Amino acid sequence: MPEVAYHAVALDTLRLVAADDLIFAYHRASGITHLLAPPAPEILNILAEAPMRADELLVQLAALYDLADGDLAMLVARLDELIAAGLVWRA
Amino acid sequence: MDRVVKTDGWLLARALCDPASVATLDANGWTSLLTIARAEQLIGSLAHRLEGLPMPESAARILADARGSAAQGRVLALWEAEMARRALASLGCPVVLLKGTAFIAAGLAAGVGRSIGDLDILVPMDRLDAVERALIAANWEWVKPDPYDDAYYRRWMHELPPLIHRDRDRMIDVHHTILPLTARITPDAAALIADSVALENGLRILSHPDMLIHAAAHLFADGDLAGGMRNLWDVHRLVEEFGTEGVFDRAAHHGLSVAMHRALRLAAALYADPDGDQLRLSRLDRLYLHRLTARDGWGRAVRPLLRQAFYMRSHLLRMPPLMLARHLWTKWRGGHHAI
Amino acid sequence: MKHTHQLRIGPVGFRIGSDWAAPIAQLKTLYRDYPSPHDDIADFNVRLFATRPWRRLVRPSVMIGGDYILPEAAPLPLAQGLLAAEMAMNLQMALGQRRYLLIHASVVERDGRALIMTGESGAGKSTLAAMLAARGWRLMGDEFALVDPTTGLIHAFPRLVSLKNKAIHVVAAAMPEGRFGPLLAATPKGDIQHLVPDARAIAAMDQPAVPALLLFPNFGFAPAIRDVGAGEVFVRLTQASTNYVAMGERGFTALTRLVREIPAKAIDYPDTGAAMTAVEQLWTGL
Repeated sequence: MPEVAYHAVALDTLRLVAADDLIFAYHRASGITHLLAPPAPEILNILAEAPMRADELLVQLAALYDLADGDLAMLVARLDELIAAGLVWRA
Repeated sequence: MDRVVKTDGWLLARALCDPASVATLDANGWTSLLTIARAEQLIGSLAHRLEGLPMPESAARILADARGSAAQGRVLALWEAEMARRALASLGCPVVLLKGTAFIAAGLAAGVGRSIGDLDILVPMDRLDAVERALIAANWEWVKPDPYDDAYYRRWMHELPPLIHRDRDRMIDVHHTILPLTARITPDAAALIADSVALENGLRILSHPDMLIHAAAHLFADGDLAGGMRNLWDVHRLVEEFGTEGVFDRAAHHGLSVAMHRALRLAAALYADPDGDQLRLSRLDRLYLHRLTARDGWGRAVRPLLRQAFYMRSHLLRMPPLMLARHLWTKWRGGHHAI
Repeated sequence: MKHTHQLRIGPVGFRIGSDWAAPIAQLKTLYRDYPSPHDDIADFNVRLFATRPWRRLVRPSVMIGGDYILPEAAPLPLAQGLLAAEMAMNLQMALGQRRYLLIHASVVERDGRALIMTGESGAGKSTLAAMLAARGWRLMGDEFALVDPTTGLIHAFPRLVSLKNKAIHVVAAAMPEGRFGPLLAATPKGDIQHLVPDARAIAAMDQPAVPALLLFPNFGFAPAIRDVGAGEVFVRLTQASTNYVAMGERGFTALTRLVREIPAKAIDYPDTGAAMTAVEQLWTGL
């Protein structure tokens, strides 16, 4: 059974405003405003380019953004939050 | 033919039917029109019908706000549909959008400026439990009913008890047919689903004839005519866009011929020709119209005895008399009021 | 509706109808210098009505109705009919306003720039606004700051200032020439008395101002001032806004602009004197 990949909304569906170390994101398709703190913006950036599995995403995050979170379980938890928020989905 | 210009629902009907007619409104007329439109949940539709016409600046501003409000409501409604789609995708069962969300999702004239409340979907009865589980897993929750209401709902109504989303605070109504099981008319739910049409995203809408029939069924058999002006506006817009081909055969199949014919007559009386000759309408039709237009310039529901008569009638249609008596008695004891 | 009145507060026109004469008479008196709605077409309608016809006379209690309602709202006694009217107008704004982003705040203006004070009930926003007005600031409002998403400007909504309990005496002492409404004793929120905005506030109600400073006042603590970070400002402002979600992307634009362009401070204060000092200090330092 093929492993599930995570997809993210296209970045142009988000209106992004940065302030301090936070990003405020207005998601046009849902009308919902999100406050994004690392690693959420980084996850969305990567997945917006191409969908991928969680383990691949972990590798990309470490390589591109120097994020210390090496724990796959924690990444999946972050992804679940983004799924509940409507910004990411599994397919 | 002279008509006394009354300040009631007819003021709204006339403006929707013949937008240019608002040119004769004075400040008081405008105030009443806007108030009645709000009370009937038709201010968004009115705002689109009147867009661009010469009018006092205040009216133009208020209507522009209404269009903006409807546009944002549209975004939220479509998102609810999308999140329901995601939650139910793995079940592989047909999910049919109903009412306002369907009109908007399909880009129909009936959806222009429409206000949307809850998300209404129709699913096969035998998948109801699976659908319920999937929605709860995706963070919808029960709106806490009292135990009697819950039992009543599950046993007799045509839908699950209402669910509300934990984070987004929006309600979803899951139907398995379009009339309560206790009604004397029993539409063919399987046929409704079988004839439904797929949208690009996989969600479905009813066929055009079935959409019209649903609007008629909803208005007469499922309610006490509250919100009837909007319901009949839906009917009018659907007829304008798609005509009535195939509707009568379909209505007969579902046992809803009488309701369908009446809905078409009333929609035409209100919105196709409100100042026209109404002698072709039956006495009962005219009572319906009187009830439907029972709003004053302050947006208050008026004609209380007529409203009560229709409320009782709608329950009679929905439930056999003995059950009705028991239901109302229980609700009264629970502190609810039958009005 | 037997008794009616129409009036305009800033850009918003109201039509108020009542089953009783008294609340309308009070509104007419207190709002006597206010203009009519533009084009005589009200933005919102409010109704004060009796639950049953006989309740107009017997133990009269006022139910609140209008374009937008809260279904489970409890009625008020007729003696508090003025309060019912004010609450009803606030409710229309809170639930129905779509042109301006609303923030639950008081606003005063000096030199074309606005000071916005926001916080929970009891933080002292109304009192501070009234006291600053007594000191020469222009009162723009004590309940809602109206933010225009297109221009970023703050528009005035100078309704009657609602003063509660001790604040009534504090403000009355500071404003001996002030016009006040009747004392409404023992309301659900304690004693309430309304202050009519002064002639200057009424005359200038159509002049917007550039937002310059955002304050989160906190009453009942030793004096202290601290910066508030962008994330906290954003979250607190969305909580203080009744129509942020309904405003959609325009609301986002208005709010993020405020967050990014305007300094935000939290001030703890033990009494209004200390608050005034802090305000002047911060304003001069802008």
